[in-house]
Amino acid sequence: MIRFDDVHKSFGRNHVLQGMTLEVPKGTSMVIIGGSGTGKSVALKCVLGLIRPDSGTITVEGASKDRDAFLARFGMLFQGGALFDSLPVWQNVAFRLLRGALKRPKAEAREIAIEKLRRVGLAPEVADRLPAELSGGMQKRVGLARAIAADPEIIFFDEPTTGLDPIMAGVINELIREIVTEMGATAMTITHDMSSVRAIADDVAMLHGGKIRWTGPVARMDDSGDPYLDQFIHGRAEGPIPAVR
Amino acid sequence: MAVLTRPLAAVGARVLALFAMIGRVTLFFLETLSHVVRPPFYARELGVQVLQIGWLSLPVVGLTAVFTGGALALQIYAGGARFDAEAVVPQIVAIGMVRELGPVLVGLMIAARVTSSIAAEIATMKVTEQIDALVTLSTHPMKYLTVPRVLAALITVPVLVGVGDIVGIFGGYQVATGTLGFNPATYLKNTVDFLEPLDVISSLVKGAVFGVIAAVMGCQAGMNSGRGAQGVGRATKSAVEAAAVMILAANFLLTGVFFSL
Repeated sequence: MIRFDDVHKSFGRNHVLQGMTLEVPKGTSMVIIGGSGTGKSVALKCVLGLIRPDSGTITVEGASKDRDAFLARFGMLFQGGALFDSLPVWQNVAFRLLRGALKRPKAEAREIAIEKLRRVGLAPEVADRLPAELSGGMQKRVGLARAIAADPEIIFFDEPTTGLDPIMAGVINELIREIVTEMGATAMTITHDMSSVRAIADDVAMLHGGKIRWTGPVARMDDSGDPYLDQFIHGRAEGPIPAVR
Repeated sequence: MAVLTRPLAAVGARVLALFAMIGRVTLFFLETLSHVVRPPFYARELGVQVLQIGWLSLPVVGLTAVFTGGALALQIYAGGARFDAEAVVPQIVAIGMVRELGPVLVGLMIAARVTSSIAAEIATMKVTEQIDALVTLSTHPMKYLTVPRVLAALITVPVLVGVGDIVGIFGGYQVATGTLGFNPATYLKNTVDFLEPLDVISSLVKGAVFGVIAAVMGCQAGMNSGRGAQGVGRATKSAVEAAAVMILAANFLLTGVFFSL
């Protein structure tokens, strides 16, 4: 379980998180939605320690004080893939398996990488290419393979379908749902893409004004009665959320 | 009154910003040092950087040195002719290249080639979240990116300076024996006889210091880059400027130190 308790984070005068409180139960897929600049990515990065909150607490069940052991429980798919340009695809996927506490022999790490690539629908031939030689959709899949390479307990997906065509976005959504289900992992996804929300989420939380405005099961999202959520999920210009920000 | 104080405030702000930058670089350097002695160590990354910083810089260092050595021989010959001292060309080329021009020119070429490349690469990694990805993959960016680059520069730049010194002297030799009528054997004998071990040591020490400055400035600017293409551009520009100025300042200080020995 991951719990945010009254988390605040500001960058200068920009108060991004203003008392975010949220609970993500173990083994569920939580999708956080909200407008651009509402602090969704900041929230994820606070959990990983990439950004330190100004106040409030973030609790991860069973967290170790050892930072490497803590991070070893996580996998993350970054918005742009964040693949290492200088390394071939298989070394990107097996990055964690080639060094540190989870280090394996090179041949075994490569085998696992190729298996994970196959799991996300990429052929073994892709393994020896450089990230720059891949399309956007393939890079996303490689990023997904890297996120699951070490069988993490918790997986974060940051805008997993941004920049992809609708068919490739659907493929990625399906993959995420399948992988999260078969691994039994806890997943947190942030997205603007409502088709992703419906495909990936067990629960949805809407972040607005630095706080969780609404949270509940995805099935209840359409009849929430919350004007902010309604405006967002239907993409209306009129409503309580200003269109010009 | 504000008309008088505003320019002073602007100067003060610049001075404070300069001290803040020196402080940030110093802290960054100290943090790098602390990671140098603590595992894990990334030997493969170090090897890659030795190739990138050392081996691949050889052509530009060699070309810079050979032309500088040749021009230096011509200048000394022309200048020396004004008081019948043309014969000092081998000695002045040797001491000029080894004690001053070799390390400084190599240092500046490394600042141009390596500092810019390091700053742009790491800044791009930061902008594209690759640095964050490293952290989530339990890999400390300082250990994985900064330490190999700084160590590689520490190891290879003195070697590049040594090569630059030799190639520069060779450039002077070619010009002196080819166009100025110097005897090849006498030229070489005068060069070797005139140089002292301290000259060579000072050259190599300067190379090591300049290498560390070039790598640290590139890494520091890259790691602290702003967002977007403009952030990468600014990081690269400020890294090269700062590295070049610091190399020249360090050269002045080190020359003073070696003169006092």
